Amino acid sequence: MSVETDIVGAVHTKVRHDSARGHVTGQAQYIDDMPLLPGTLEVVLVTSPHPHAAIVSIDVAAARAADGVRDVISANGIPGDNNIGPVFDGEPALAEGVVDYVGAPVVAIAADSYDQARAAAALVKIDYEVRPAVLDIEQALEQELYTYPPQFMTIGDPDAAITKAQHRIDGEVRCGGQDHFYLESHIAMAVPGEFGDLQVYCSTQHPSEVQHGVAHVLGVPTNEVTVEVRRMGGAFGGKESQPSIFAAIAALLADRTGQPVKLRLRRDDDMVITGKRHDFLFRYDVGFDPDGRIEGVDILMGMRSGNVADLSPGVLARALCHADNCYYLPNARLRGYPCKTNTVSNTAFRGFGGPQGMLVIETVIEHIARTLGRAVDEIRAVNYYSTDDRNVTPYQQRVTDNIILPIVDRLRSEIDFDGLSSAIDEFNGANQTLKKGIALMPVKFGISFNTPKLNQAGALVHVYTDGSVHLNHGGTEMGQGLFTKVAQVVASVFQIDLDNIKISSTRTDKVPNTSATAASAGSDLNGMAAFNATNTIKARMVEVAANHFSASVDSIEFRQNRVYAGNESLSFTELAQLTWDERVSLSATGFYSTPGLSWDAKSMIGNPFYYYTYGAAVSEVVIDTLTGESRVLRTDILQDCGNSLNPAIDLGQIEGAFVQGQGWLTSEELVWDDAGRLLTHGPSTYKIPGSRDVPPIFNVHILEDAPNREATIFHSKAVGEPPLMLALSVWLAIRDAVSRVTGHRHLPNLDAPATPEAILMAVDDIKRRDSQTPSPAKV
Amino acid sequence: MAKLHVSTTINGEPTEFLCEPYETMLDVLRDGLGLTGSKEGCGSGDCGACSITLDNRLVCSCLMLAAEAEGHEINTIEGMAKGENLQPLQQKFLEMAALQCGICTPGMLVAAKSLLEHNPNPTETEVRYWLAGNLCRCTGYDKIVRAVMDTAEEMRGAAQ
Repeated sequence: MSVETDIVGAVHTKVRHDSARGHVTGQAQYIDDMPLLPGTLEVVLVTSPHPHAAIVSIDVAAARAADGVRDVISANGIPGDNNIGPVFDGEPALAEGVVDYVGAPVVAIAADSYDQARAAAALVKIDYEVRPAVLDIEQALEQELYTYPPQFMTIGDPDAAITKAQHRIDGEVRCGGQDHFYLESHIAMAVPGEFGDLQVYCSTQHPSEVQHGVAHVLGVPTNEVTVEVRRMGGAFGGKESQPSIFAAIAALLADRTGQPVKLRLRRDDDMVITGKRHDFLFRYDVGFDPDGRIEGVDILMGMRSGNVADLSPGVLARALCHADNCYYLPNARLRGYPCKTNTVSNTAFRGFGGPQGMLVIETVIEHIARTLGRAVDEIRAVNYYSTDDRNVTPYQQRVTDNIILPIVDRLRSEIDFDGLSSAIDEFNGANQTLKKGIALMPVKFGISFNTPKLNQAGALVHVYTDGSVHLNHGGTEMGQGLFTKVAQVVASVFQIDLDNIKISSTRTDKVPNTSATAASAGSDLNGMAAFNATNTIKARMVEVAANHFSASVDSIEFRQNRVYAGNESLSFTELAQLTWDERVSLSATGFYSTPGLSWDAKSMIGNPFYYYTYGAAVSEVVIDTLTGESRVLRTDILQDCGNSLNPAIDLGQIEGAFVQGQGWLTSEELVWDDAGRLLTHGPSTYKIPGSRDVPPIFNVHILEDAPNREATIFHSKAVGEPPLMLALSVWLAIRDAVSRVTGHRHLPNLDAPATPEAILMAVDDIKRRDSQTPSPAKV
Repeated sequence: MAKLHVSTTINGEPTEFLCEPYETMLDVLRDGLGLTGSKEGCGSGDCGACSITLDNRLVCSCLMLAAEAEGHEINTIEGMAKGENLQPLQQKFLEMAALQCGICTPGMLVAAKSLLEHNPNPTETEVRYWLAGNLCRCTGYDKIVRAVMDTAEEMRGAAQ
């Protein structure tokens, strides 16, 4: 783009977040900040204390009579269908007949104040008949308890390949779940309108699904419910399916009482009631050749689905689709089991199964390296997808845009990986207690929702006669900067400064039938929908301008807030007015559906991804072998963003995702007791990374001159989730440090999260194993 | 029980309010006085989203009873900018994209301002330790720490 056509806030420039000023002054309004309408009621939920029990009776008489209480409901007060399942039916908003996890909402109380509702909640008497509970993955696997049928993906002949291979290994590894810990907990506020209409303000990534959930529960047509969200205080996947529960309950109480109803979960309730990242148990059996080249794999993935399926089918499909990461698996059987347990239903979380799938294959790569006594990156090198051959994934999509090798090579040479590794050897030789480790993590992440039908988006653009523009689309703003990026797209198409574009809240009555803002695809989908809407209006304006100037349509050019035909020009504002004068519409919708996608969920074969986003990270860590504590000393990242729509925002996404991943893999440990109760339900017991925990040296770079080969919005790439998986470099570096304790002779027994306790035990274990095996030097 | 009458100063303005004895400062700020810039992230004093200063001391307003404001001076995020003029930390957070969803931002800024008032020349480690009580789930902290360090340097330069 030449200088003379420059506008303020075009795509590819570092524009600040649209709400940045509101954020730093405290003026940006979240739902809990909205002034309450007179008569607004607040809600407290009475939840199940048992992981599994029949509900024998519910006595709410005393609660109903308590001070300030306006309404009390349980499942039998639901006039419509008690079902808010995003994929399958039969997932209730309020427990009906049976409770199947600790925290399941059973009764909702609306009162004049929160404190009154809380006091009344203590008066609700529920008799339960406790039933046996299944709490963990192993139990569910043994009893073959699943929330829906297991999913299998097979390519080639894995049994024969594993049997014939010169080397064979097997093993087991697991990873924990993760609470989203969005700083703004779940909230919904329902306001009754005339003739039964309901306006629902809800902190959600998926207004359309919340709208459906509310309509189902109330038994009303969808068009009576409008869901709106301007911004969320973080979401990370936790506000995709989960908000329907709270919106539906608030809406139901608002409908019954005729009063506005606000339901905000306090932190501890939020952590107990809502789903998290799925924890997984993996078992693998792998055959490979003397160079470490994988010939066949059989991987079992047991995921803790929880009490119902929720979004588990998509999460498991993505886990299976990412168990290859960047590696060619010619013969593979990947078996996914969605284990049904009496714990909260796990749900979407940034990466959506991808991080878990990559964790197991990286463990396999490391296991091969330790078995052959080779460097991990040497094993990676012989297994990376090629560009022309060895490029078919286990789900039979061909990887045609592979750039992982140049990324890895560049990162390794820029930071002098081998030099760092030698320095670590030196440090470890000189230190008894502290041991350092280092690891690289390559990432290839598929972009698009695994289910093709979800890959669609809509936008609505108006130009007013003063040249100002109103922008709306189906995407939601959770802090990731989506609204800013889409506005940049509109500004660039119209060639007008960004401050002419008014960003507006996401509403189901403006853009209907939307998909969740998820799968990293927010700007790909909504950016393109807004691009199409803007171009529709622009084409009409071009016609008006051509008539006005008696010029050809082809000669009309929009640049720098003006519209030109040769030497003549109008301001954008003048043309907007002229377009209205000519009785031509200045409003348009735009629609986009991602091309070329296919997926057969039964055979697990297809082309589910439009393209892949690549990246690599190297992390250096130090562990204390006497306490198990660990620190990340340094992280270097090189991330592919295509032609980034906004490098400032994308850098923030990369850094934030990485640190979130680091938390998942190190300090964030969810602990349930034997009675199925979550013990870590607040920041005092559940440790997300703080300012001291992140790498003090944190070099993050966006890969330059790497436009997306596909025709995405201005050839950018999705970036929300992929960098989260780069944090596996931290986990692998900790494993490397443990392995270095005994000279890389053994594979550490260390699951995720690598908490101090886990590291300490892994160190003791590897020392014990080493003392029991003869040293190669002595043999 | 009768409500308590509290006379205090909030962001330099003499302020009076009535509160229940058990109400927190955060509840009164948000629900009573309409100062919703302070956020409730956890309600247990662990996340720092509700950070304010009480006589220049950094506190979590969710852990402070509103009645304790009597006769003291409270400062919140709403008092940080002077009209349209942002305080240097606010300006720097904005320029350096040291924010995403924005919920932790007010508390983070109040805490950072308090740090620079106590220590205009902090080391990076001191910044990281001071802000350890303010959780951010979006940014990964790097830009926040850099923004505080840069602001401190500029403010020292301006003071000379």
